[in-house]
Amino acid sequence: MSHVANSKGRGGFIAGFLILPLALYLTFVIWPYIQTFGYSFTNWTGQSPTFDFVGLDNYSALMKDEVFGGALLHNLLLLVFVPTVTILISLFFAFMLNAGGRSGAGGVQGVAGSALYKVIYFFPQVLSLAILAVLFGAVYRSDEGGLLNGFLTKLGLVDPAHPIEWLNEPNFVLWCLLLVVVWHGVGFYLVLFSAAMQSVPKDIYEAALLDGAGRAQTFFKVTLPLLWDSVQTSAVYLGIAAMDMFVLVSTMTSGQFGGGPDHHSEVMATVLMRNFLYFGQAGYACAMGVVMLALTLILSAITLRATRREHVEF
Amino acid sequence: MGSTSAHGEHSNGEGFGRRDLIKRSAALGLIAVPTMSFLSACASGSDETTKGNESKVAVTKENPFGVAKGGKLDVVVFKGGYGDDYAKAWEAAFDKKWGTTSSHLATQEITSKLQPRFNGGNPPDVVDDSGAQQIKLDVLAKGNQLADLTVVLDAPSLDDPSKKVRDTLMPGTIEGGMIGGKFVALQYVYTVWGLWYSGKLFKEKGWTAPKTWAEFMDICQKAKAAGIGGLAHQGKYPYYINVAIMDLIAKKGGLDAMKAIDNLEPNAFADNPVALEAVEAVYELVEKDLLMPGTNGLTHTESQTQWNQYKAAFITSGSWLENEQLKQTPEDFDMQFLPMPVLPDSKLPFEAIRAGAGEPFIVPEKAANKAGGLEFLRSMLSREWSTLFAQQANSLTVLKDGVDPSVKLRSGTQSAVAALKSAGDNTFNYRYSDWYSAMGTELENASNELMAKRIQPKEWIKRAQAAVNKATEDPNAKNNKRS
Repeated sequence: MSHVANSKGRGGFIAGFLILPLALYLTFVIWPYIQTFGYSFTNWTGQSPTFDFVGLDNYSALMKDEVFGGALLHNLLLLVFVPTVTILISLFFAFMLNAGGRSGAGGVQGVAGSALYKVIYFFPQVLSLAILAVLFGAVYRSDEGGLLNGFLTKLGLVDPAHPIEWLNEPNFVLWCLLLVVVWHGVGFYLVLFSAAMQSVPKDIYEAALLDGAGRAQTFFKVTLPLLWDSVQTSAVYLGIAAMDMFVLVSTMTSGQFGGGPDHHSEVMATVLMRNFLYFGQAGYACAMGVVMLALTLILSAITLRATRREHVEF
Repeated sequence: MGSTSAHGEHSNGEGFGRRDLIKRSAALGLIAVPTMSFLSACASGSDETTKGNESKVAVTKENPFGVAKGGKLDVVVFKGGYGDDYAKAWEAAFDKKWGTTSSHLATQEITSKLQPRFNGGNPPDVVDDSGAQQIKLDVLAKGNQLADLTVVLDAPSLDDPSKKVRDTLMPGTIEGGMIGGKFVALQYVYTVWGLWYSGKLFKEKGWTAPKTWAEFMDICQKAKAAGIGGLAHQGKYPYYINVAIMDLIAKKGGLDAMKAIDNLEPNAFADNPVALEAVEAVYELVEKDLLMPGTNGLTHTESQTQWNQYKAAFITSGSWLENEQLKQTPEDFDMQFLPMPVLPDSKLPFEAIRAGAGEPFIVPEKAANKAGGLEFLRSMLSREWSTLFAQQANSLTVLKDGVDPSVKLRSGTQSAVAALKSAGDNTFNYRYSDWYSAMGTELENASNELMAKRIQPKEWIKRAQAAVNKATEDPNAKNNKRS
């Protein structure tokens, strides 16, 4: 068979495989997007097939919606902190597990028992968000029965008659939720970074050591640059998680679909769902969905661009 | 770099390499994930026109809606505190009488299960639209999804065909099912709201049930001195503490004060000394530190269970409380209902209680077997079915004398029935939370802030009035009027 015929046949073969997935993708992903866009110009209630076209009313109402604005700010706050904190902690632990020990012959190995730690760190990732919500609900419980309150009471730091209502404190609630996300994520990114670190040839570290580099220097000058691709991908992943947050907020905080106390933990997704399913303003909710999509796309593009670096080859 | 097999593939000098491209498109695909789930949640079904019920069955006195023998009946019930055994028993009885085949779905996720069906124009025939995930009735009514149930009210009662169904119902049942001026929901379970306490605890401590707010505060003080909380409430769901606030308003200011709120009057809260006094009374509990510690952040089950363990003297709730807490209540707890104690110079007496019909059963306008659905509701209002419910779900229905005297009630329900008897005609019931979901939510948020000592009563009043004013923009505001 000639070379040309061969490649032609292969092209048809590959296309055959792509048609079905493409059709599915168009039907179940792209079409709902287009529909949502359409609904965002209507006063659809979400519980009936009839609605009227209202033009840009939903969008102009959205501009004035303080609750949605607050939710957007919370999402942006999380967008800054969730990736930064998670990646920093994961990197630190991964470095300690893979290159933190100093006693061995090569000088490049993890602290004692690092294999075991890696398994333990990964545990939180195995739990679903629903279980996390229950687990941390018990940690943050607002009376003495809560793990945190119980602990602090025993230490004498909290008055048992006035326990801290963690998830009912406007100033704490978002940070409490942030902690859950970080706790959940660190294990996964630790393993991810570990894998990347292990693929770095040991002689690079040895060379650095011979040149007299300290631990910090090794990390910033050798490990981090070689890991940049993984860090970048992680930042995008975590950024997306920070733009969502629906499951945790809606199950752990007060209010219909969460967001309490008094909108202090509101994220865009919870405002959207409340308007969609509880207030019967599905058209308005669709407008929120469109705004969310646009924001997420913009932010992801920015993240990818801002973290672009020269590739280091080895 | 290291771990992938893509080594060296990007050194072909074409801007960025294939690996980058793959990586980027993967990242974009991921972006789509969280937003997609919300966006696609917005997608509705196609705009189908339904064929409706085309069966032509003669309408007789025995069969006032023209139910076709041997059809299908699609029933969906909320499986909450009442379980779903009662519904199974009903369906069996219905199938036996009409030769139908019932399909039964019991779920807590009413909205997610039914929303696509309402949109697609193929809803079930009977729905118990209740629970935290109920589809709000005002929303359904707005979309013309609810059948007018007035025909059921005017149909002959199954127990006594000389009477109409409407004459066999507890007061408030019809009013409780009106939305936008139409009777669209049969609120089937008769509920009372107020305070609850443990008869055993009170006997032990030598306390008597308070009748005035001052006496109530006094017991809360005594409870605090005894090392337990005064009032517990279900802080994560501020709906419950609003029972206390709104009941005080209704009792102090009389039915006019209540109607002013439901009718969205400009002075429902603002410049209304009655409302301010009620809110201040409840806030006094916060100021004097008489709440059960931590109660503001607890869920309903957490805080009710604490109360069952004698950690607080009182709790606010409706009469589903006893059934909900069956497992957590100690044998000798002796649960007792207490009408909300009154403020000085109240227009309604202490005995007055918030009472009314709850647990809405609806028939969708586009139900395939609408006649069957209507007949099902009529059957629910027979003594036979009402007794079945009382036995299986341990609660009263809206049918007058609808329970066979042989059914034995538990202490809490018994005390609620007694309270209902002494209340006589002095019952009231708010409608705003059914009529205006957003306003209800706003009032709850304000109360949450009040109980956490983050706002003062005056600020609460301001926020409440703002919520009322906002609700006047609701298109239903012109239809929802009570007198």
